Amino acid sequence: MNYSLAELVPLLPEIFLLAMLSVILIVDSMLKDSQRVLTYVLSLLALAGCTWLTFGGHQSEPVHAFSGMFVDDTLADALKLVLYLAVAFMLVYSRSYLQARGLFRGEFYALTLFATLGMMVMISASHFLTLYLGLELLSLSLYAMVALQRDSAVASEAAMKYFVLGAIASGMLLYGMSMVYGSTGSLMLTDVSVALQEGAGQKVPLVFGLVFIVAGLAFKLGAVPFHMWVPDVYHGAPTAVTLFISSAPKLAAFAFSIRILVQGLEVLHTDWRDMLVLLSVLSMAVGNIAAIAQTNIKRMLAYSTISHMGFLLLGILAGNQNGYAAAMFYSVVYAMMSLGGFGVILLLSRQGFESEELDDLKGLNARSPWAAFLMLLLMFSMAGIPPTVGFYAKLSVLQSVVEVGLVWLAVAAVLFSLIGAFYYLRVVKFMYFDEPLQTAAIEAPGDMRLALSLNGLGILALGILPGPLMSLCLIAVQSSL
Amino acid sequence: MFGLPPLTLVIWVPILGGLAVLATGSDRNAPLARWLALVAAALGFLVAIPLYTGFDVSASAMQFEELVPWIYRFNINYHLGVDGISMPFILLNSFTTLLVVIAGWEVIRKKVAQYMAAFLIMSGLINGVFAALDAVLFYVFFEAMLIPMYLVIGVWGGPNRVYAAIKFFLYTLLGSLLMLVAFIYLYFQAGNSFEILDYHKLAIGMNAQILLFAAFFLAFAVKVPMWPVHTWLPDAHVEAPTGGSVVLAAITLKVGAYGFLRFSLPIVPDASHELAWLVIALSLIAVAYIGLVALVQADMKKLIAYSSIAHMGFVTLGFFLFNPLGIEGGLVQMISHGFISGALFLCIGVMYDRLHSRQIKDYGGLVNKMPVFAAFFMLFAMANSGLPATSGFVGEFMVIMSAVKVNFWYAFVAATTLILGAAYTLWMYKRVVFGKITNPLVEEMQDLDKREFLILGMLAVCVLGMGLYPKPFTDVMHASVDNLIAHVGQSKLP
Repeated sequence: MNYSLAELVPLLPEIFLLAMLSVILIVDSMLKDSQRVLTYVLSLLALAGCTWLTFGGHQSEPVHAFSGMFVDDTLADALKLVLYLAVAFMLVYSRSYLQARGLFRGEFYALTLFATLGMMVMISASHFLTLYLGLELLSLSLYAMVALQRDSAVASEAAMKYFVLGAIASGMLLYGMSMVYGSTGSLMLTDVSVALQEGAGQKVPLVFGLVFIVAGLAFKLGAVPFHMWVPDVYHGAPTAVTLFISSAPKLAAFAFSIRILVQGLEVLHTDWRDMLVLLSVLSMAVGNIAAIAQTNIKRMLAYSTISHMGFLLLGILAGNQNGYAAAMFYSVVYAMMSLGGFGVILLLSRQGFESEELDDLKGLNARSPWAAFLMLLLMFSMAGIPPTVGFYAKLSVLQSVVEVGLVWLAVAAVLFSLIGAFYYLRVVKFMYFDEPLQTAAIEAPGDMRLALSLNGLGILALGILPGPLMSLCLIAVQSSL
Repeated sequence: MFGLPPLTLVIWVPILGGLAVLATGSDRNAPLARWLALVAAALGFLVAIPLYTGFDVSASAMQFEELVPWIYRFNINYHLGVDGISMPFILLNSFTTLLVVIAGWEVIRKKVAQYMAAFLIMSGLINGVFAALDAVLFYVFFEAMLIPMYLVIGVWGGPNRVYAAIKFFLYTLLGSLLMLVAFIYLYFQAGNSFEILDYHKLAIGMNAQILLFAAFFLAFAVKVPMWPVHTWLPDAHVEAPTGGSVVLAAITLKVGAYGFLRFSLPIVPDASHELAWLVIALSLIAVAYIGLVALVQADMKKLIAYSSIAHMGFVTLGFFLFNPLGIEGGLVQMISHGFISGALFLCIGVMYDRLHSRQIKDYGGLVNKMPVFAAFFMLFAMANSGLPATSGFVGEFMVIMSAVKVNFWYAFVAATTLILGAAYTLWMYKRVVFGKITNPLVEEMQDLDKREFLILGMLAVCVLGMGLYPKPFTDVMHASVDNLIAHVGQSKLP
């Protein structure tokens, strides 16, 4: 097979990021601690460059590379652009937190960018192996990031747990893929899809493989009953890493699910739909109910993530473009809300003080009305109360399940979100109705304040005008699937 | 005004005013925040007046319509319009907001800007609820108005405010979430449309109608509130600051009743007829049983809260009798109750500001120290018990008249309110105002100041005016109510 350099054009953002990564690794090794800010700036520049390349290289028709193992379509471009933004916000939020804890080192940035690269590969994969490669690049970087605080026992335990369970999930995923390969004779998503349409393979091994794949996916998304790692990892990891795990990888996990389930195995829709219904209902139930009992805000948000993933699955299981677009919108909105939520927690942390308990939010309105207002918006958005964007995210997934006739599922979803509203309201209660337990001034660098304000106001602005983002998601899905 | 459409103005003037007030920041700028809030509230009321003066009473269609595409993907529009049913409530709401701002002038001392802003923003959102003709737009306003009220109760409320605020929020959310599912279902039935007026024309099978009715019923019955989902209201009222109680009683309860007229009756008329017995039964229980409950309350605010539930029972009773007199009676009762309950909560606020107690037993002999106040309080208490020549009489009389036509026993039970209402209101009045002064603190109480005189005076004019000459209020409703009755009379079964 002849390679021409032109074939690599769709990969330009990935190649650029890898090159920048190498540069950062080398530059960082020569920097003194006081100059470490350069690593931070270079990382942001790398993301900016990727944005430019992805934006500039966008084509309305899907472009393939590496004999079809890699695809650059509108869906991938849209998700990648959001991904860069999410990672950039995360870097801005976490800088002062890392500096205060001696974690402001090159490794953090290198691992973040490696994870980003992994996510980009996942988003653009059109082959089971590419998907797997991207996933592992992401996961291995995350395991290391969780353990970044070497002397923290909680963090090490979380990393260990994450690694062991993650490895099992990857194993299941591979096992499932091998069964699909055995039945259809291909690992290329499009070929698998065609083979399935032609009736290749026996039903039993195929569905068997599907079960393993869905289990692996559910683990990566953090859906019940594969959610056990989520609260521990969220709790144990340094907050900056929790922030990362809870935001951008959800976008990649969404892309991963869409690529496998829709582009590869759409023929088996009726089979995976029932599995997802179960996962979704359980996630919403366990996530929302368990979150009520938490006193640690990171654990609370972990359970909240689980319930949000249940909602996201609603869109996917609807099994039509409307539903996929709704799920995509949900994942983008969720990433945004999660960034903001953990951003406020980072804002409250300072030198020698981890803001982890819900009590730390008490009286925030008296200490910093602006931060309290932003958190208020974020909490109402997570609860799905208009006029915040979280409402439209819920509206569109509910709309897609009602469209396919699953009204009972929509009713169940809203009832669980009612339960969920309680603990979000409780956060607002702590901030607004209670007196502060501490009076230390809230200090944060200007870039973080600006980013957090943009993040919070974005929730409100998109809540007032959600139309363009929704249409964008629909266009991305329609032109790519 | 300024070439801008009036409905957009009544929604956004208070909201933007509220944001401006919020921007004044800390309590150092409290005077500025107060004046700015007053200006915004006054402007909000001024821009609402053209809705009345420009209203065509002969038309039953929507007026002052505005239609701007909002979210293309789901065909959601920024669609506003009012008819004779919704327009009076926008005026009532804008008027009440003005009162609330004045009432909170000196009373609220902490976080003044946030307090005023919450009420202004809430006022705009409530106007949006009454003006929205798109289901999602309606839902957005309907839910969003919970946020400021939640904060008002929780931040400026009494000792048990957290419980009351969360209960208030979750109760209301429970009902409205199911309504959201109902909207989405209707969206597909109506061929991808969230237009409320499209839903009115839609043919729906009986089973679906019953389910839709149940979803709407839950949403609005909680809001009204009807027995047995009323328990959040006494808690919310007792804990809320005076302004919060006024807005709750005068306006937000009306949103629920309005929902019955805008959604339940026209969208699912057959189910409404089928299940009217249930609503009537619950309404009569509210009138009679809750009236008795009100009788034994020791807390004045709680008493008025229960009295509100009983009066709102009249409203729902009137609606589900399906004749023009009943529905108009219900609407008149809603407006009148807006004035009277607002006034009574303000009266209690006046007393509370002086004595810091809402317990009836702490008062007594007030007339000796506060004769002007006692006169006002007397008027509103009489109006609450339905005395002729006050607004309280008109609506109750219309509903009872219309109930007689349908079933004598409905009217009989409903008429007990004339006894019970008089009993609990006047008995409370007697214990608070007359008798000997037993509490030495009452000795030191001052009569109304100018500010309090102004607000109670304005409300007294409204209560008497509406009681003596209700025609301006009923005139605007006629065409829309007749249209609604005609619509509800037709079966929508496919």
